[in-house]
Amino acid sequence: MLTAQEINEIEQEAAHYPRRDAVSIDALKIVQRHRGWVSDESLRDIAEHLGMSPTDLDSVATFYNLIFRRPVGRHVIMVCDSVSCWIMGCERMQEHLEKRLGIGLGETTPDNRFTLLPIVCLGCCDHAPAMMVDGDLHSDLDPQKIDRELEKYK
Amino acid sequence: MTRTTEKPLTGNMRPDGSVLDLPAYEQAGGYQAIRKVLSGGMEPKAVTAEVKAANLRGRGGAGFQTGLKWSFVPLGKDAPNPTYFIVNADEMEPGTFKDRLLMERDPHQLIEGMLIASFAIEADIAYIFLRGEYTLAAERLTRAIAEAYDRHYLGKNILGSRYSLELHLHLSGGRYICGDETGLLNALEGKRANPRTKPPFPPVVGLFGKPTVVNNVETISCVPHIINHGADWFRGLGRTKEAGTKLYGASGKVKRPGLWELPMGTTAREILEEHAGGMRDGLKFRGLLPGGSSTPFIVEEHLDTPMDFTEMAKIGSSMGTGTMIVLDDQTCPVGMTWTMTRFFARESCGFCTPCWSGLGWAERILKSMEDGRGQPGDLDKLAFQARMWSPGNTFCALAPGAANPLQTALKYFRDDFERHIGEHRCAWR
Repeated sequence: MLTAQEINEIEQEAAHYPRRDAVSIDALKIVQRHRGWVSDESLRDIAEHLGMSPTDLDSVATFYNLIFRRPVGRHVIMVCDSVSCWIMGCERMQEHLEKRLGIGLGETTPDNRFTLLPIVCLGCCDHAPAMMVDGDLHSDLDPQKIDRELEKYK
Repeated sequence: MTRTTEKPLTGNMRPDGSVLDLPAYEQAGGYQAIRKVLSGGMEPKAVTAEVKAANLRGRGGAGFQTGLKWSFVPLGKDAPNPTYFIVNADEMEPGTFKDRLLMERDPHQLIEGMLIASFAIEADIAYIFLRGEYTLAAERLTRAIAEAYDRHYLGKNILGSRYSLELHLHLSGGRYICGDETGLLNALEGKRANPRTKPPFPPVVGLFGKPTVVNNVETISCVPHIINHGADWFRGLGRTKEAGTKLYGASGKVKRPGLWELPMGTTAREILEEHAGGMRDGLKFRGLLPGGSSTPFIVEEHLDTPMDFTEMAKIGSSMGTGTMIVLDDQTCPVGMTWTMTRFFARESCGFCTPCWSGLGWAERILKSMEDGRGQPGDLDKLAFQARMWSPGNTFCALAPGAANPLQTALKYFRDDFERHIGEHRCAWR
């Protein structure tokens, strides 16, 4: 069941569009913000609320990479692997993250603290390499800076 | 000339990185252009004519004439209703970081530009389509939009005129293809962001089937200045036949990576050597992508070319977004090409076969070369794939964009590709 708060937030978005299903992505993101990810049950509830079929909504949910259809950790690390960050050494940053966390891309640490994902260019190319943790941009990375920044996320 | 006229887009920005809020924007002369339009009794067509005369071209990379695009929208009482105006703030072209600055530091400049553009096409509703990862821009735009509503720059009967506009910020769910004009429309309708077939073009049949104009952030940020100072002034800002200033940038192993507002038509050499400070000590320049991953490589012999839409096309490249990515002699050109091809393969929407199938194929060939498993004949396979991604073979510009760096890497760095195959290794690893 969607909460009153979730429904309220979805309806606020829906007021800006002529069709209810136009806010499918917003609705998925709203529920994800409250619950961390979009479960099958959430997906069915959102679809019903917007008057869509669950299959249609899932085709949308699985298209967009910022919508998680599997559980993620408390914090999501997105490490940029596009060209400017690659030139500036993002492969070493990714290796460092994998070694430190003991997980590969797409995986979550056993303590459920971090999920590690790749991301396309974060628009921070003059301060590469870069990563984003939850909504926070971290730039000019080196392994020591990564270690320091990650301590802020418990 | 004063500083603000030389750098209209960035001259008022605060050096400490904080946002220009509404009082500060107004104090710097902000919202005078929309007053001039609404109180001065300018007709929508006159606004479009001024922008057309200014020769403003789309700063998202395609360089389409902005005023011309606006002129395709049906106006008047018999026009379909509503009409939409959309700013494409889905900046995701690898190596591009210019629109983020404009939105984070001077959001009202964008909002005022949107107001003028929306008035010119008689739009009723405007959206900013912002990529979800731009969280600081989202926060600052949200506040700026609320400020603008409070002061009646948005909403009903703006500044006491008969013109009304609703403006809403949409935060995207991700994926590069949303930056394609018609992919964006589908995303904003809550669908998968597969690009649409054209024609019909969005100014006639766009969002929810209604007339819609989609313009880039930097493009629209130019508009208030064109209205304030006139088309002649704007044309005079450029060093070539093209108009205005441009946000140019550089990333890679240069001494001072960054972003600079310079006259349109500044040469690639000036940007690279003067503004970016040249290559880091001990490194040599090998080539650069002028404006993002979708633009063809240029090399030393091209550096004196002015970076504008026309001149870059003449040398077989493209200005794109104007933010260059620089390749040095200690970085592997095959690896760099692989990274970009991997990006395009991952971001294909999956609709057209040459794209979803071919990009992955090429990515695997390039990776195998990097891993020392390249085979004789691989370069022919890559060239064949890149030909398959030509415009017309797919619906949108993603695959043709992917072909640009690959084809030019094969042309300018062929020895490096052959060496990977011949030596069964990447010499840079």
